[in-house]
Amino acid sequence: MTTVATPLKATKVPRKRVQHKRAIVFFVAPFAVLFTLFYLIPIGYAIRQSLLVVERDGTFGDPTEVFGGFSQYARVFQDNDFLSSVGRMFVFGAVQVPVMLGLALLFALLLDSPLLRGKRFFRLAFFVPYAVPGVIAAIMWGNLFSPRLSPFTGVTSNVDFLGSDLVLWSIANVVTWVFVGYNMLIIYSALLSISPEIYEAARMDGAGQFRMAWSIKIPLVRSALVLTAVFSIIGTLQLLAEPQVFQSFSSAVTSTFTPNMSVYATASIPNSNLAAAMSVVLALVTFVLSFSFLKFTQRKGA
Amino acid sequence: MSTDVEKNVSVKTPSDRGQGPAGPRERVMSRTVAMVIMGAFTLYFLVPIWWLIVAGSKDQRSILTTNPLWFADFHMLQNLGDLFSYRDGVYLEWLRNSILYAGVGGAVATLLAGMCGYALAKYTFRGREAIFNLVLGGVLVPATALALPLFLLFSKVELTNTFWAVFLPSIVSPFGVYLTRIFAASSVSDELLEAARLDGAGEVRTFFTVSIRLMAPALITVFLFQFVTIWNNFFLPLIMLRDESLFPVTFGLYSWNTQLNQLPELRSLVLIGALVSIVPLIIAFLSLQRFWRSGLAAGSVK
Repeated sequence: MTTVATPLKATKVPRKRVQHKRAIVFFVAPFAVLFTLFYLIPIGYAIRQSLLVVERDGTFGDPTEVFGGFSQYARVFQDNDFLSSVGRMFVFGAVQVPVMLGLALLFALLLDSPLLRGKRFFRLAFFVPYAVPGVIAAIMWGNLFSPRLSPFTGVTSNVDFLGSDLVLWSIANVVTWVFVGYNMLIIYSALLSISPEIYEAARMDGAGQFRMAWSIKIPLVRSALVLTAVFSIIGTLQLLAEPQVFQSFSSAVTSTFTPNMSVYATASIPNSNLAAAMSVVLALVTFVLSFSFLKFTQRKGA
Repeated sequence: MSTDVEKNVSVKTPSDRGQGPAGPRERVMSRTVAMVIMGAFTLYFLVPIWWLIVAGSKDQRSILTTNPLWFADFHMLQNLGDLFSYRDGVYLEWLRNSILYAGVGGAVATLLAGMCGYALAKYTFRGREAIFNLVLGGVLVPATALALPLFLLFSKVELTNTFWAVFLPSIVSPFGVYLTRIFAASSVSDELLEAARLDGAGEVRTFFTVSIRLMAPALITVFLFQFVTIWNNFFLPLIMLRDESLFPVTFGLYSWNTQLNQLPELRSLVLIGALVSIVPLIIAFLSLQRFWRSGLAAGSVK
């Protein structure tokens, strides 16, 4: 049957047909189906839910969902807890991301310089925390910060790391501790791929290690830095596990401390329409921020 | 890979010696500063893990009363026994769940992403760029923004609080498609595929016998990162699971940690449980690092 149909069809369509169609379907379809089911449909569903409001017939009537336009979004932007959680993450990210990437860059440059011995050891030691899940890292540091359990009681009994002033930065420390080594390795891999001939020329010109790092190495690993920055920005706005764990150690961490905690708290009320609107806003903010960061750095590079 | 690094260094060092503009005194200074910085940060990265190992070896009372950074009574085996037998071995169930979610889920995700990335790199067909751009957009969508709509959708089909509620969303990795596409484009040559075709091998067979091997570094990288992502996933279990026997290990430890105020005797179990849960990860990461580092480099160079 198909043997007859195929040549006929081929003569009908003069332009070159796609080769290996069945193989392509075999390769792409499983991912495409799952991506649709667990990415695209949930996103569409969240947007739909965020446009609905719950109405009741009188006080005791059955709730029904009706179209409410952007009224949930209006509520999101009047929700002070949510807004301040987003603001808190901006402050967090503005400090934590540059500090973390600055350290990662410094370590990567040192690993790449002839100044250091035992590179292999440092590379491994700095990377070990990345294997520690955020929840576990938060449990560890929560204990290390707590005045009763800490090995550094001299410090923790004088500085209240878990109080409302510092707890945000204690959480920033947990995130930094976990991710510095990972970012260091990405930057270091980029440094290793620079061809040694480039250094040769600089050395002839008498450039020292610092000069070489500043004018050759850093510009050449820009794309790695941008990549790590974008992932860090996304990660910051998604923060959930670490502050959620810190609730057990510190009363200063409220149930709406980060945007995702607000989403969870709102969904548990339950008010899934408002929570969906928050999720959409959060995803958009993340998307716009990382996208404009990419564009900004690309333009600057060109 | 690591031998490459050492070679690279030993080539650089002699040519650098004597030719650099810095005098020997300055050189010693820079070396010392570099070693001091790296040494200090080694302590920062490793002391918390050392503390956890020590804490895991102590019984309930001496955790609070003895030097937190040195062993007192070696109680680790009893702690392990307590951990594995607590509430009929629920901890072992958590470990098994984590291995299923992250190990099996990560493997399936890698295979599907690898197939899709390979097809996007090696075949020309209509909609190829559209699919790739959609997937790239998926990389930038924060995974936690999906947790709430996934929960709402899964509750429609009454699949919340099941194994599948955490497993199914985990097997989609847009980042994996991105990385394997880039890697396949440069590492699987068209001539090789043509040769396989001339030998009469089918497209699918060629993928599984030839291409998959060439893509191994990228696939191992994708697997490890998907494994870590699933292992660390917090929002999905938080929002989906009520039944303790379905928890992954990090979430189970979180739930114990939240009960510390009522059940202080759980503290030693949380700490030994945290230690047990990170040891396999650290070993896996350190022993597989030569594989995933080359994949990491491919991703960051773009």
